[in-house]
Amino acid sequence: MNKQLSRRGFIKGGLAGTVAATVLKDKETLASGSFEGYPDSMGVVVDLTRCVGCRSCEAACNKEQGLPEPPEPFDDFSVFDHLHHGQKRRTDETRYTVVNRYEVPGLDHPLFRKKQCFHCNEPACLTSCFVNAYTKTPEGAVIYNQKVCVGCRTCMIACPFYIPTFKYSSAFKPQVMKCIFCYDTRLKEGKAPACVDACPQEALTFGKRSDMLEVAKQRIRLEPGKYVDHVYGEHEAGGTSWMYLSPAPFDQVGLSTNVPKEPVLNYVKGFLAIVPMVLTIWPALFAGFHLLSTRKDRIKQIQNDENQEG
Amino acid sequence: MQPGKKMLQAAWALALGVMLLAPACGLAMDADDAPESVEIDSLAKLYEPVEFDHAAHVVMADCSDCHHHTTGTGPASPNCARCHDGVEEGESVSCSDCHAAEPFGRENLEEMENPEIFHIDKPGLKGAYHLNCVGCHQELDGPTGCQDCHTMAEAGEKMFNTGKFVPADYKPGAGHHDAEKKHE
Repeated sequence: MNKQLSRRGFIKGGLAGTVAATVLKDKETLASGSFEGYPDSMGVVVDLTRCVGCRSCEAACNKEQGLPEPPEPFDDFSVFDHLHHGQKRRTDETRYTVVNRYEVPGLDHPLFRKKQCFHCNEPACLTSCFVNAYTKTPEGAVIYNQKVCVGCRTCMIACPFYIPTFKYSSAFKPQVMKCIFCYDTRLKEGKAPACVDACPQEALTFGKRSDMLEVAKQRIRLEPGKYVDHVYGEHEAGGTSWMYLSPAPFDQVGLSTNVPKEPVLNYVKGFLAIVPMVLTIWPALFAGFHLLSTRKDRIKQIQNDENQEG
Repeated sequence: MQPGKKMLQAAWALALGVMLLAPACGLAMDADDAPESVEIDSLAKLYEPVEFDHAAHVVMADCSDCHHHTTGTGPASPNCARCHDGVEEGESVSCSDCHAAEPFGRENLEEMENPEIFHIDKPGLKGAYHLNCVGCHQELDGPTGCQDCHTMAEAGEKMFNTGKFVPADYKPGAGHHDAEKKHE
């Protein structure tokens, strides 16, 4: 009798423990969701009212990162007419940044927008990567380690901005290609990335992210009619190191306004927290249930055996 | 005594003259004080220096359009006038004395941490030139192409993969338009 009770007690305790673990786990993950980025991380404001589409940033990036020779010179502006499957140019394994032209209804001149990694405070690529190939550095860069990458390309699906691209030309030695904020050569030493230094119009302004946010808001405040009253990237995807100011609605310059205002991680956190619980507790739990439910049969069998022997 | 008296008279006349003229010219610099042309070479690396025809531009714009409050003609923006209200000339009218050649250098980034700094968004020298020049050229239909103002140097051709460094199999105007080519 005693034995039976203790076993039942054990299972009860196990269940209680599972519930407690789930609740505690939830609290822990919620706490980590309030991370608002490293306090001293750097950032860039891209001001679309200033960009004239000279492509200097593209050229500077190409040289700084040692990327392959482009198919056309960087002073060829016919690239703005290029469409690939109806889409404007995008970053790929040969270019970490591209400038695209947008004709905005009601504006007498086109707008140009530079595109590159946003360097999220809580990057979706990083959280989706199961081999930890990505790191968000305290300086603000989201960098990538090819040595551990297995080429699963989950990061490419996870990124809300469609930035990481796969080097299909070396699929057996997988490498994801994306802007790294010139981390190795510049940011690590506190220097602005190559594109920022190259910009003649100072359409790209570099500094502490907190200061850049202040600069962006001041520009809106001083010239309210000039800008849409929103800093794209202040809250998008939980906050990004690269932020945009625009004179036209953001969806008209190719920036999705459906990107959530919280880290993409928040949407999968609940699920991801359950995975280890399922893997560790469920086998023991259901094995217990199985043993319990078949116990009477086994006792009966033993008694039958004893009776037969007797 | 005579020469002394004459001196005094002259001084009075000068003072009167200054007082009468002061409201008219605001003790400001005028176009005649300005140089005919200015060579802008502080940033020349990718492009050749720009020979800026100051005399030609003086007739098209007010001094303050480019020099803000430093030429003593009063600032263009009422927001600037809140502090720079005077008609006094600045100690320097040179762009590079206020606009840093390396706006994102350590020194300037540290300056951003100074809580007393008011001008948190002052463009660097290169930015100041281009924002001012290109902004006005766009409004007044002036030339706005890069090489309309400065010719590209060899280092620039290398960076832009153009001129001597043009990609080997480059055919101008043969981009991958959807209509022309399906895949690249």
